[in-house]
Amino acid sequence: MNPDAYLVLSGIIFSIGTLGVLLRRNAIVAFMSVELMLNAANLAFVTGARVWGNLDGQTAAFFVMVVAAAEVVIGLAIILTIFRTRNSASVDEASLLRW
Amino acid sequence: MIAAVIALPALSAALLLSLGNRTNKFGPWMAIGASASSFLIGFWQFLQMLARPEEERTVITTVYEWLAVPAAGFKVDFALQLDQLSISFVLLITFVGTLIHIYSLGYMSHDENQRRFFAYLNLFVAAMLLLVLADNYLLLYVGWEGVGLASYLLIGFWQHKPTAAVAAKKAFVANRVGDFGLSLAIMTMFIVFGSVSFSDVNEGVLGAPAWVSLTIGLLLLLAACGKSAQFPLQSWLLDAMEGPTPVSALIHAATMVTAGVYLIVRSASIFNASEVAQTAVIVIGAISLLMGAIIGAAKDDIKKSLAGSTMSQIGYMVLAAGLGPIGYVFAILHLITHGFFKAVMFLGAGSVMHATDDNVDMRRYGGLSKVMIFTTITFFIGYLAIIGIPPFAGFYSKDHIIEAALSHSWWAGAAVLFGAGLTAFYMTRMVVMTFFSKPRWEDDVHPHESPLSMTLPMILLSIGAASMGIILTNNHMFEHWLEPVTGFVEPEPPFSIQTITIITLSVVATGVLAAIWQYRKIAKVAPKKVSFAVTAARKDLYGDVMNEALLMKPGQALTRALNIFDKSVVDGFVNGLGLFTGGISSRLRKSETGYVRSYAMSIVLGTAILVIVLLIVRL
Amino acid sequence: MIRSVIKLAEVANESSISFEPFVFWLCGGLAVLGAIGMLISHKAVHSALWVALTMINLAVLYVLQSAPFLGVAQVVVYTGAVMMLFLFVLMIVGVDASDSLVETIKGQRRVGILAGVILVIALVLLLGNSFSIQAAELVNADSTYGGNVQGIAALLFGKYVLIFELTSALLITAAVGAMVLAHKERTSPRKTQAILAKELFASGNYKGPLPAPGVYARHNSVDTPALLPDGSVSEISLPGPIVARGAVKNINQSDLNEVQIISEGLGLVSSEEEGDK
Repeated sequence: MNPDAYLVLSGIIFSIGTLGVLLRRNAIVAFMSVELMLNAANLAFVTGARVWGNLDGQTAAFFVMVVAAAEVVIGLAIILTIFRTRNSASVDEASLLRW
Repeated sequence: MIAAVIALPALSAALLLSLGNRTNKFGPWMAIGASASSFLIGFWQFLQMLARPEEERTVITTVYEWLAVPAAGFKVDFALQLDQLSISFVLLITFVGTLIHIYSLGYMSHDENQRRFFAYLNLFVAAMLLLVLADNYLLLYVGWEGVGLASYLLIGFWQHKPTAAVAAKKAFVANRVGDFGLSLAIMTMFIVFGSVSFSDVNEGVLGAPAWVSLTIGLLLLLAACGKSAQFPLQSWLLDAMEGPTPVSALIHAATMVTAGVYLIVRSASIFNASEVAQTAVIVIGAISLLMGAIIGAAKDDIKKSLAGSTMSQIGYMVLAAGLGPIGYVFAILHLITHGFFKAVMFLGAGSVMHATDDNVDMRRYGGLSKVMIFTTITFFIGYLAIIGIPPFAGFYSKDHIIEAALSHSWWAGAAVLFGAGLTAFYMTRMVVMTFFSKPRWEDDVHPHESPLSMTLPMILLSIGAASMGIILTNNHMFEHWLEPVTGFVEPEPPFSIQTITIITLSVVATGVLAAIWQYRKIAKVAPKKVSFAVTAARKDLYGDVMNEALLMKPGQALTRALNIFDKSVVDGFVNGLGLFTGGISSRLRKSETGYVRSYAMSIVLGTAILVIVLLIVRL
Repeated sequence: MIRSVIKLAEVANESSISFEPFVFWLCGGLAVLGAIGMLISHKAVHSALWVALTMINLAVLYVLQSAPFLGVAQVVVYTGAVMMLFLFVLMIVGVDASDSLVETIKGQRRVGILAGVILVIALVLLLGNSFSIQAAELVNADSTYGGNVQGIAALLFGKYVLIFELTSALLITAAVGAMVLAHKERTSPRKTQAILAKELFASGNYKGPLPAPGVYARHNSVDTPALLPDGSVSEISLPGPIVARGAVKNINQSDLNEVQIISEGLGLVSSEEEGDK
């Protein structure tokens, strides 16, 4: 089967993730969208590994997973801290850094 | 040893200025001591020099290596050149200077800033000594500027008087114009000859093209004009009378104004090489001597009249220096005799002022010979000397200058002869108005003779004024003495010397008689209705008006135009730029909403554009 | 489990001609569905579940592309660990007004959707013909070390060992960082009940027990507001999350009528009896 199909799928999922970040105000959902984008990238990596016939792409995807795991831990901790002080998980509420 | 001559007054000035009021009690005495020691050391050096044969009389002492830029081949030592010319100046400066110090003891005794005054006097003497002892132009320039600084401080000594402050500023600015010439001359010397020492320049100028000596000569003349108050930079000298009278005496007799003459004589080789520059010097000297005499004849202020006289006498010296080897010696001779008789007259004027409650208007004097016997006698000796009555000093020096000028050209001779007549006129006028005629002083003024500290210097100086000429010219002593330094050629006037003397004396007698006739009756207030010539002379021959019209007004217009340009164009551009940036910023900052999602949007849009670009490139 | 997955992958590879497109279209479609579901769900919990669906389907696609190890790791790490973490945090944060899909930034939705559509089209066009070559298969790479897991292990501990070590440092740092962020330093002594009571009364807020939802109502659930004797809604009777979620039950006129009747002291029964008469 043509591996381009996987790449197109990856692009679609990535774009939907992007839309999630842009449109959802809940910080946790936005964060999920970021995870979705990372997954889409992983799919492209795995497809690449298959096309080139070596495992480097899969290893890269593995590293992405590791980094994503670390990122989730820190990100959720930050969301929790913000929620604790501002009593809200909306990304629009934390808009103090403006003109 | 010779460095001590400069070091002592300099050190004394430094101590007096840095230690402040603690030195109030002994300060003046220390200053006098420093100046007197300088004179004694100078005199000792003079005796030693006499003991040496003529060829070995020039001694150059390198005190230390001052400036050295090996890469540029630039090396200037702090070196002092002691020769016949400089020792003459050293003796004049220290002797007259010391006497003026002593005189100041009495004159300034009531001034609470007496110590500061003496510090400045010492500084003045030290700077002047450095000027005449330097063995290169750069070190001379240091002394030159030091003299300018000291004169500024002293003219403006009573700075609480606005006129004094303005006069000091004026002197400083006029001097700066001259200094500008000197600094340019030094730079030219360095560029052309690669050195600024007297010996190197003297050697270098022999093989240099004509324009070099002309350029340097004219620049040096500009410098001399500034310092010696010659036309067209003469205007500061009359205002400089705002300073205390001893300062005027010091400036006019021993230091400051003589510096320009010294510079020209010291640079003899340069002027010898350029006839145009020499002619320029003679013309400047002739104009100045006539201008000064005319101004001196119109002023009722005794000090200003004397100042005009100084300008005139310096004009004589400059003219003589412009005559070349026939005149250098007589320029210096006149400088020395002038130093004595002008000092005695200034001190006399100070004494008169001291006696009449600081009144300077000669129309309110009169008959002072009856109450101030010492002052009258000494002043009269000075008077006889300046108008050139034999055997007083001025006769010898001035007569020689007239001889030299006549042997140069008819117009130079005519100028000095006319000048001699004018000198006789205004000096007679001064003496008649001050000491003889009827008393015209105010009712509450009680003239009295000055204290010994003031009369003693006057007596000593008057002895010099009386005898210096006959001593120095005896057997052509002074000519031979200076010849190794300046060169000397016997003047060959068109008439015999006796004829010239007779002509001169008759011109002088005419001036004297004219003055006596003119001032047989003296109004207490200067007459208002006077001829145009007198009005012009009273206004310093429109020197200030000329400066104002030629320099000040265009300068002011230029600065005003520049100011408008700066305010409108430059500021407008800068402010406009700022406003533009500010306006753009205040609009752009609205895009910084603080919403993370807005920022994410810009990233996404950028990504989309990037992908589209990639797509286009791929296609 | 991984052994069976590997076997499945081998089977998939051997019979790829007929098998792969079917699985791709099925799982790919489900993955896109999950992503869209996350995007349009009102509730964050639903979004999390939709994302979990997408991730599981992606895991299948990994296995389909000869990456059984990653497929398993995807299920374990993402679906298992990460998404569960998300759900835990959701539990703490609770329901929030930010769940609402009403857009507050002007133009954000319109421009965002436009950008998303442009991005999709551009990416599809760009990626649609990335590889001109037919896919090489991973059989050789896998068989070098005796299998997919061994092959990745050889790369991780050989070529990429430095990066692997760095990721360990990253994970440690992340763990410590999360602890620091989540830790709340106590700066004052613990409050006793007396102090808490004083604070409660000092604040001037409502001190008594909140009115129970559903008082004077015909419904016994928390999303029904209590009615005051005059028939108006008591705002404080509703739990915040219910209001935030917009799940408050409406009050209909018949309920109000009943309340009025009860408050006037007329029994419901008696009115019915009257009606019977």
